Amino acid sequence: MASLAATFGRGAMTNGWVDIKNADVVLVMGSNAAENHPCGFKWAIEAKKTRGAKIVSVDPRFTRTSSVADVYAPLRPGTDVAFLNGLINYAITKNRFHEEYVRIHTNGPYVINEKYGFNDGLFAGFDESSGNYDKSAWAYDADPKTKAYLVDKEMKHPRCIFQLLKKHVERYTPEMVERICGTPKDEFLKVAEVVTSTGNAQRCGTIMYALGWTQHSVGCQIIRAAATLQLMLGNVGRPGGGVNALRGHSNIQGATDMAGTFEILPGYLATPRGELTDLKTYLEKVTPTTLNKETWATMNYWSNYPKFMVSLLKATYGKAATKENQWGYDWLPKTDGNYSWMFIFDDMYRGAKANVAGGTEPGPEGFITFGMNPVGIGPNSGKMIQALSKLKWMVVGENYEIETATFWDDKKTKAYGGPPSSQIQTEVFQLPCSGFAEKDGTFTNSARWLQWKWKAIDPPGQAKTDQEVIARLLLAVKDLYKKEGGPVPEQVLNMSWSYTNPVNPDLGEALKEINGKALEDLKDPKDPSKIIRKAGEQLAGFGEVRDDGTTMCGNWLHSGCYTEAGNLAQRRNNADPNGLGMFHQWGFSWPANRRIMYNRAGADAEGKPWDPTRPSIVWNGEKWVGDVPDMKPDAPPGTYGAFIMNAEGVGRLFAPSMNDGPMAEHYEAVESAVPNALHPKVTPSPTAVALAKKMKSDKDVLGTADKFPVVCTTYRLTEHYHYWTHHTNILNQLQPGFFIEIPEELAKEKGIVNGGRAKVTSARGSIEGVAMVTKRLRKLAIDGKQVWHIGFPIHWGYEGDPRHTGPLANFMTPSAMDPNTWTPEFKTFLVTLEKGGEGVA
Amino acid sequence: MGAIQGFEIRRSSAALRGGGTMLRQQPTVAKYIDTSICIGCKACEVACQEWNDLPLVKTEQVGTYQTMPSLAPNFWNLIQFREIDTGPHGFAWLLRKDQCMHCADPGCLAACPAPGAIVQYQNGIVDVDPEKCIGCGLCEPGCPFDVPRYTARDNKMAKCTLCVDRVTVGLEPACIKACPTGCLQFGDKSSLLALGAHRVKQLQDDGFASAAVYDPPGVGGTSVITVLKHGDHPEWYGLPKDPSVPTTVSLWKRVLHPIGFVAMAAAIFGAIGHFMAFGPKKPVDTAKDAGKEV
Repeated sequence: MASLAATFGRGAMTNGWVDIKNADVVLVMGSNAAENHPCGFKWAIEAKKTRGAKIVSVDPRFTRTSSVADVYAPLRPGTDVAFLNGLINYAITKNRFHEEYVRIHTNGPYVINEKYGFNDGLFAGFDESSGNYDKSAWAYDADPKTKAYLVDKEMKHPRCIFQLLKKHVERYTPEMVERICGTPKDEFLKVAEVVTSTGNAQRCGTIMYALGWTQHSVGCQIIRAAATLQLMLGNVGRPGGGVNALRGHSNIQGATDMAGTFEILPGYLATPRGELTDLKTYLEKVTPTTLNKETWATMNYWSNYPKFMVSLLKATYGKAATKENQWGYDWLPKTDGNYSWMFIFDDMYRGAKANVAGGTEPGPEGFITFGMNPVGIGPNSGKMIQALSKLKWMVVGENYEIETATFWDDKKTKAYGGPPSSQIQTEVFQLPCSGFAEKDGTFTNSARWLQWKWKAIDPPGQAKTDQEVIARLLLAVKDLYKKEGGPVPEQVLNMSWSYTNPVNPDLGEALKEINGKALEDLKDPKDPSKIIRKAGEQLAGFGEVRDDGTTMCGNWLHSGCYTEAGNLAQRRNNADPNGLGMFHQWGFSWPANRRIMYNRAGADAEGKPWDPTRPSIVWNGEKWVGDVPDMKPDAPPGTYGAFIMNAEGVGRLFAPSMNDGPMAEHYEAVESAVPNALHPKVTPSPTAVALAKKMKSDKDVLGTADKFPVVCTTYRLTEHYHYWTHHTNILNQLQPGFFIEIPEELAKEKGIVNGGRAKVTSARGSIEGVAMVTKRLRKLAIDGKQVWHIGFPIHWGYEGDPRHTGPLANFMTPSAMDPNTWTPEFKTFLVTLEKGGEGVA
Repeated sequence: MGAIQGFEIRRSSAALRGGGTMLRQQPTVAKYIDTSICIGCKACEVACQEWNDLPLVKTEQVGTYQTMPSLAPNFWNLIQFREIDTGPHGFAWLLRKDQCMHCADPGCLAACPAPGAIVQYQNGIVDVDPEKCIGCGLCEPGCPFDVPRYTARDNKMAKCTLCVDRVTVGLEPACIKACPTGCLQFGDKSSLLALGAHRVKQLQDDGFASAAVYDPPGVGGTSVITVLKHGDHPEWYGLPKDPSVPTTVSLWKRVLHPIGFVAMAAAIFGAIGHFMAFGPKKPVDTAKDAGKEV
């Protein structure tokens, strides 16, 4: 998501599930959509049935998706950047890209400053000692007099981004793709031909990707490469186009929108860091400015940052937030370092008193986990189990007894190096919580649609909803603060909690709060005699949000979901007047009920749609019509650039905000199977290596190809959902247990038979399982050398029906991560494979 | 549950003069399976089991995505997964939903010696009436598709009913309802054949010259029609190339059966014949554990 935000301005699926039916080409890569998103995948099938669309599947395994694809090409796990850069190179060299689109809707014409360079695997600005880049070396060049960005509309300037990109990808010839990815040249060319057939106004193609791209140490760069490809082909902002991120859970988009990770507040506002001591400093730091005066001016929508932040503070602290106290900014928790998953667990593992990796504070002594199963989901499970054993206390809120809740049971965890139960002091509280069907609320799907769901049944026994557990916890802490005091009492005591039932808040009320309301009468800025919104009314959308304390809004991005018209997430009107599947009266799609983001780019300079049969929005002479415009509705073509969230107003082929490079470059995984064919001295991503080195404990061991020559990857199955459906026997019946997929030739070499046992060993340990010997994993030659790859699904653990338990897949995975999102590298690591014994779990 | 009330019976097992009622005309219904867009998600497997209240089956991972080796008495709908080398550089993972094919000329019905135990409704659905089934197992060798399954627990045979209880009240079968990609459709057979022809044309245009609809004439056609990319190789999908009712069964049916007074003797003959050919009835007919409830 970091990559999509850095390229287009917002971190989410650009189009929508239903819109996939409008595509001419559907490239499914980094995703096995048929397996993991079977209901959404129907729209790819729909495109195939109704438009004759071609489905292209590029995957290390021949998957369920490949089985219905028109074109399939294999590649070695983790080499997606090379493949995608190969496609960009093919598009440029064969002149199969959408030049006019690139000229008006991307930063291709922009000139980069003279400091920029790329040499032998390193971009300019790399600092060896910290392992970080100085990104000023990647900045746009500006005219010294006018201070406006230098732009060459002919895209001929040697330092203009189009030329830099062209030069950057020219190394990725079909031959080089074959050397790196192992994809036979003819199979790559077949894919290239089909994918680049959309590099024009008439045709349009989409990309579906998921965790098969995200979970790499180069995850963000893979997605950057894909986003760049789609911009080059002119496929963003158009029906049937886009870069469609398929989220791994039904509500993970909603969780991210509502601050699912430590570095963001709701609506992707930055979590303040300690050094930003007052609101003014914070806002100056985070609110982007632009030098774009030459080309289309930009809306630079993030210039509204102060409005979003102040309204969030008003929602958080209510009346206690005043102008005088900076709307309570001081009470907001500040960060002093990295509190992403692996860092939290590293801190935990090394203990509360130790010098820790994440921030400057000591590691945690307590841990609360809801709807999360750290023992299963974290990489390097052995470390996760050990880390939990260092805690004083842990609270687990779940509807099943999950592995995390019983991490102390040495009978179950011995195989993963878990300590003896007698040595563990952690006090574990297990709270029975409701499952998804036992509570109301919204799901925000991959397509950014907020859809209300109604409770189907009451939670069983004493189980409570998550919101009730959290509310009771908060109220108890408030009481303690009142009675006993404590540090920064305002932080807790001033928190607004104005629900009708404070111990079990109605989620409809929470959604109203997220939408926001007017706290005073809002006057029309153009005509102060007019009142546009009365005090107490729900806001119509984020356009009404203000920075003077007269509005409150829990998440500006979701604003418009619960207006005076009611809870729009509950809408179920499937009217589809233009037949493109936008369904504007079904649920609510952020932002502003817009179904296709960046839809201004779906039209040319004059505002005419690239393809009149599939218009996104059209300029009718007075206003933009069609989808909800991603543009000021009455701003004529030429007023503003199409990417309003980007300060410069255009899509970025070159994105200077990334931590590991402004353009995607092929790097091997942190556990590299082979030297980097392009620059052997810089084999894995240098920023990812620097990050992995921060994990210094005895559990953070990495394997090398001489000892662990087999590449391994992990994935999910249709029949199971993450780590908890192995508690459900109707699904266990469909997929009864763990297995390891092994190519036929490798199995033969190792004496492994289908249905027999196989053993996989990484630098972290060993697991065993049933061998699934298959033709679907192919022999791939990497730079003339045979490199094998195998894989296994992740769903099992030591809890649940004893007939359906299985090894923790992540016992095998390393403490390596992406340097932008800190997402673990679950998809490429090194192992050995051998025949397994009988009856060993 | 007996035969569904209100549905016209076309014919009935071991009945003189066919056993049909034939008062009303009802169009032949069919289930349409487009294997070229089936993603093998198994939603149909679960829907079948849940709608029909079939107990769970104990399965084990034996090196395949397929739930179990073949159909079971309490598992009437199974996606079969097959890895096939389709040519010098061709490879396919062929996924096909297996269940009763609801033949127009059903071998099971022909082989059944128990009057009214197997009926074929006017609309083409072939159903079992458990009250009348005597558990002889003769239907099994009668079926060219290896569908009927005998269960020792109740001494009955069981198979897909094409959700006749749902169809009777105007609903589509449970498997169809659950299918996310639309590779399963239900309706009037003639219109589904037209849909199949359209899809076959698309596949042929995409380079699958031998794409075809599988509706084998040897059993009079079936009420489960299947679109195959590789129509010249139904065996790649686990379908017989030219299925027909076994000669022994048709012989018995056509020649001996009409002679009413030898019907009973014929049944005994059939049973002995089956014993000689297949040995004694085993409680479990396929997987090691298939059919065992959990």
